[in-house]
Amino acid sequence: MAEIIRNKEVVQDDWTVLREADAPLPETGKIIVPLTRWLAERGALKARKDVGVWLNPDDDPAALVDDLASLPLIAVDFPVFRDGRGYSTAFLLRTRYGFAGELRAIGDVLRDQLFYMQRVGFDAFAVREDKNIRDALNGLADFSEVYQASANLLQPLYRRVARGGAA
Amino acid sequence: MYRYDHYDQKIVDERVVQFRDQVRRFRNGELSNEEFLPLRLQNGLYMQRHAHMLRVAIPYGLLSSRQLRALADIATRYDRGYAHFTTRQNVQFNWPELDDAPEILAELAKVQMHAIQTSGNCVRNVTSDQFAGVAPDEIVDPRPYCELLRQWSTFHPEFAHLPRKFKIAVSGTEENRVALTVHDIGLQLYKDVNGETLIRVIVGGGLGRTPIIGSVVREDLPWPHLFTYVEAILRVYNRFGRRDNKYKARIKILLKALGVEAFAAEVEKEWAHLKDGPATLTGEELARVAGHFTDPLYETLPATDAGFEQHKADNVAFARWVSRSVRAHKQPGYASVTLSLKPTGTAPGDLTAEQMQQVADWADQFSFGELRVTHEQNLALADVRLSDLFSLWKKAKAAGLATPNIGLATDIIACPGGDFCSLANARSIPLAQAIQEQIDDFDYLFDIGDISINISGCMNSCSHHHVGHIGILGVDKNGEEFYQLTLGGHAGHHAGQRREAALGKVIGPSLSAQEVPPAVDKLLRAYLLHRIDGERFIDTVDRLGADPFKFAVYGADAHRKEAAHG
Ligand code: SF4
Repeated sequence: MAEIIRNKEVVQDDWTVLREADAPLPETGKIIVPLTRWLAERGALKARKDVGVWLNPDDDPAALVDDLASLPLIAVDFPVFRDGRGYSTAFLLRTRYGFAGELRAIGDVLRDQLFYMQRVGFDAFAVREDKNIRDALNGLADFSEVYQASANLLQPLYRRVARGGAA
Repeated sequence: MYRYDHYDQKIVDERVVQFRDQVRRFRNGELSNEEFLPLRLQNGLYMQRHAHMLRVAIPYGLLSSRQLRALADIATRYDRGYAHFTTRQNVQFNWPELDDAPEILAELAKVQMHAIQTSGNCVRNVTSDQFAGVAPDEIVDPRPYCELLRQWSTFHPEFAHLPRKFKIAVSGTEENRVALTVHDIGLQLYKDVNGETLIRVIVGGGLGRTPIIGSVVREDLPWPHLFTYVEAILRVYNRFGRRDNKYKARIKILLKALGVEAFAAEVEKEWAHLKDGPATLTGEELARVAGHFTDPLYETLPATDAGFEQHKADNVAFARWVSRSVRAHKQPGYASVTLSLKPTGTAPGDLTAEQMQQVADWADQFSFGELRVTHEQNLALADVRLSDLFSLWKKAKAAGLATPNIGLATDIIACPGGDFCSLANARSIPLAQAIQEQIDDFDYLFDIGDISINISGCMNSCSHHHVGHIGILGVDKNGEEFYQLTLGGHAGHHAGQRREAALGKVIGPSLSAQEVPPAVDKLLRAYLLHRIDGERFIDTVDRLGADPFKFAVYGADAHRKEAAHG
């Protein structure tokens, strides 16, 4: 079983990401299907409780609005870590559409991006397999203070604290 | 100027720790080159031709004497004793070792400075009017808004991996002195009838390979919506900007593809969700930040100073310097002074550590301990008493910083070019020097008057050659350095005249490095020949068009040659 970071801890994970749109579905077990597959076979997939959906960088998260209350997990894929679209996807899922389930970053997920990822609303990270996941965990704690509002902290610094104390 | 509170300091300190660890992991192989690249770029570290270059942020060009001394110290200890000031009001060190970078950042953090987001595909250092707060024509002081944007954009989690770099400029005057329309976002601040600050939002300008003048996307935006509106623009860009081709990835291309109306509609739609939400700016926060930009303790002085007038009358050289380097100030008895970093024969924008120490001393002695970096790669002391100008001039002259060429033909804006930059097609610095030498005669220079000459070593246009009255662009012709000349650009302001920004047009086939200085000279002489009363270079170009200038450079076969080059 693979390890992931969930809620700031390294844990065993039993979800399987189905990368191919037309891969055969396993009979049982927790699976994460591509959005296209979900949209095509929504009825059948919805009947299974253990199905999550993963989004490409150019998938519109609005396509899932009707399913958000029931979906246990949404994953956002980062084909390369430099592609920042997934950050907006996550932000929108959390703040605009109110998704409360697990929001997982998959793909090229690396320590030095985890801090930003958690800020836009990811709470689970499938760190790239060749990397040390325990080392990556440290990335979540790079900063102890932030200026701006985002999904994990809806109030900006100037609304949360009294600014202006001497440096 | 803005002083960090403990939150600001903590964030910058934690960045030093983070980057130190990133360098360590890169060195021991935990981070690949590809993984480390954006990390070091977002800390201002480039790989140049011979060494690393570190670009340090000077937020909106404002610097204290203490900070300048720290830069001088870094130049001495970690570099070759000098630094280079850029058109985006930043400073660059050309020779630091990668392994020293964390130490340099730690030194910077001690004086409330950093290199955060000075490069990479993120929101870059915000630029503004170099005479903010002291310009007589200022409607709104842009500095608090710049600082608010600096904090808002620092480590913005969602916008750290944009399709491409993102540059914001802010202006609080009617005259556009900050090239608003060639930025990804240009924010123009003004007031409504009740004195409330409003913002005109210009989006999608930029130079580079596809130069485009920005479009107004929003008028009359009340200031509390500053962050939410910029956020809406960036979210639209982050989601829909092209990522398949780096030359088509700037927001200007998205805006062009959608059309201004559709783009604006998309932004408004996004903004509707954010408007009046928690990211709305509060009056308290604006007041807190604005409190750092109050006037220094000016003395009450008469508008003129007899001693100063006397020195001008007695000393031609001083009078000449005053006519170029001294600028009117909102406060009677004060002036703003620009120190030229363009004496003939040096690299434009370079300053030695020793000169930095001297300038820091003058800032303390004459200008409340503060100075500014200008868009033209010079330094300015913003608050000097008229009665101090003569002493300041003597010191600056002795230090080689009083060349009376501000805004003249030898005040050339040049990028580091082929001597340093690995992207360059051609060198910029030796060409700037050769042009300076060609026209290095004060009577001639003063006769020519106001003009801007900008040299970029490649299409990335770091020196904004498209908006130079004369623009020079390095091109590669079969592995050799050539230069293309453009004419008629302007950055949207010109010596007190308000005008729209315009892009220069290429006037003919590219020239070799030896041919450029005489060609520039011919352009200048053609202007002197054709000008009519009081016209400046750019006015004559606008009135006559390019033809007489083409003729001056290329002779009668200008058109044929041009056609031959397609
Ligand atoms: S214009 Fe080109 S050569 Fe000059 S600094 Fe920019 S990238 Fe380098």
